[in-house]
Amino acid sequence: MVTDTSSGPSAPDQPTSTVDRRRSARRLARRRVPAPLAVPAVVALAFLVLPLVGLVVRAPWPTLPQRLTEPEVLAALRLSLVAATFATGVCLVLGVPLAWLLARVDFPGRRLVRALVTVPLVLPPVVGGLALLLLLGRRGVIGQWLDRWFDVTIPFTTTAVVIAEAFVAMPFLVIAVEGALRGVDDRYEEAAATLGASRWTTFRRVTLPLVAPGIAAGSVLCWARALGEFGATITFAGNFPGRTQTMPLSVYLLLETDPPAAIVLSLVLLAVSVAILVALREKWIGSPA
Amino acid sequence: MTTVDNPGSAPPATDRTASGLRARLVVDRLAFRLDIDLTVAPGEVVALLGPNGAGKTTALRALAGLTPLTSGRIDLDGTCLDDAAGTFVPPERRGVGVVFQDYLLFPHLSALENVAFGPRCRGASRAEARAIAHEWLVRVGLADLAGRRPRQLSGGQAQRVALARALALRPALLLLDEPLAALDARTRLDTRAELHRHLADHPGATLVVTHDPLDAFVLADRLVIIENGRVVQEGDAAAVTARPRTDYVARLVGLNLYRGRGEGHTVTLPAGLTVTTADPVHGDAFVAFPPAAVALHPDPPQGSPRNTWSATVTGVTRHGDYVRVQLAGGPGEASADITPAAAAALRLAPGRRLWAAVKATETRAYPAG
Repeated sequence: MVTDTSSGPSAPDQPTSTVDRRRSARRLARRRVPAPLAVPAVVALAFLVLPLVGLVVRAPWPTLPQRLTEPEVLAALRLSLVAATFATGVCLVLGVPLAWLLARVDFPGRRLVRALVTVPLVLPPVVGGLALLLLLGRRGVIGQWLDRWFDVTIPFTTTAVVIAEAFVAMPFLVIAVEGALRGVDDRYEEAAATLGASRWTTFRRVTLPLVAPGIAAGSVLCWARALGEFGATITFAGNFPGRTQTMPLSVYLLLETDPPAAIVLSLVLLAVSVAILVALREKWIGSPA
Repeated sequence: MTTVDNPGSAPPATDRTASGLRARLVVDRLAFRLDIDLTVAPGEVVALLGPNGAGKTTALRALAGLTPLTSGRIDLDGTCLDDAAGTFVPPERRGVGVVFQDYLLFPHLSALENVAFGPRCRGASRAEARAIAHEWLVRVGLADLAGRRPRQLSGGQAQRVALARALALRPALLLLDEPLAALDARTRLDTRAELHRHLADHPGATLVVTHDPLDAFVLADRLVIIENGRVVQEGDAAAVTARPRTDYVARLVGLNLYRGRGEGHTVTLPAGLTVTTADPVHGDAFVAFPPAAVALHPDPPQGSPRNTWSATVTGVTRHGDYVRVQLAGGPGEASADITPAAAAALRLAPGRRLWAAVKATETRAYPAG
């Protein structure tokens, strides 16, 4: 029932008796980490962190504000944010129902469907981009009909960027939301049914609010993945400034022509990633609901 | 499949005059089978009492439409809800209210919104639904906590919100699953009395599922006791207490119970023991007597060898101002209540052999058939 957590019995350890002292000595001994584990661990940490430090150290700080406001940079930044946001929207509209289906409906072949959903997660993005091109390209399986009947061409447009990003990022959302759905006691949904709620009403008024933290976390992961998308985008959407050239693409290109500008853009992407991690940690991972 | 040959349990296709609940519930779950008949009249409160695993919750889920019947039929106010063949009314269209054991109040909604949820789903406007919800919160005495979230409510308050939520739909059948099990002893006492008042006011049929005999005795007009998916006894509290028909029921009401063959004023129990009883009985019969009617002696008592058997102590526990002694041997397990002084004089310890005797005037005998 209602418990008072403020007065919990969490008195600090005071090693007074011999038993206590022996116990804390053992705890100290356990704290000594063997070298074959400590050394690689430290190397791994350095390996992960040092490149980022390099990025920060080499950044052209004095010219940073001026470079950030250059029209090409702003265009890439704007396109990236817009495309990632649209892609996340697409993932939400399509991915949440898919996650619900996987978590709540027992249909034949569910395990296969779940496996298929995770394919883009492990597939090299370039392969994903190529696959999209073969499906939606001018002479693709579906693309040829879009072209012939509606005069619609998808590849090498901003729409293509959104599609490529959604393709790569959707599994993150589906997996996160499915996990959240499985974590919610489905007896709340039974309770809603006994109160006269149809399955759709139950989904809207009970399930969705209960998994909102999971959906939010999934969306952030999905958005971050979309923002950083490179391989599928360059394959399927090409590299046209202002139209399909997102931040990762311009980082890659600027590295040849204007390395400091590439560093500036990378720094922006790094800042966004760190901000997302912090947000996830404090808002959703640490304290659910 | 079992065919129903008892006309009382199988109403015709649609009987508009029949009101309340009439059900024959058969649900198979792996190796377990629930197979019970239940009728609850409008305004009547029936307790479905039984040990854990007896099938109580399965019965409740079948009535609510959360588990389909394997066989049998459910009729509520003359409308068939489930006939295990073509008809299955889903839970949202049954008009059956449920108070779940852990209440399942929606954590993201306030108490008022929780109660308004049902009316809203039934097509009431937002304002109407809130008005109905407010009225129900007033009835359960929680109007001042309407804005609170479930986690800000105490166990007893949450229980009342759950009751208001279920009643706000004016269900033809109200189901309560262990309504007091989640409460601490003190809250339970108050809540039980208050729940009794609300259930007595409810014009529809009410079924309370519980494993607590006290809840059943206080809340219900009639008890249906099930064990292993079968009804073992039915009746009002007085009838059940006076004449238990299984060990489980006997233990619930605190009696020793044995089955034997009656011949007038004697009943022969297994192990050859003959008990003289106050009531005459013939054929297959039960003999019941309270633990306080059992006397313990260190040596074979003088006089009548009847109603006396040799027993071994298997347990001794102190209950208030008496000592409860568990015995084995003779007709089977028995409990005896003796004074602490007598217990000390007998040097009671597990394994000790004694003589147990019961007075004929304190036994009750009744037919088992």
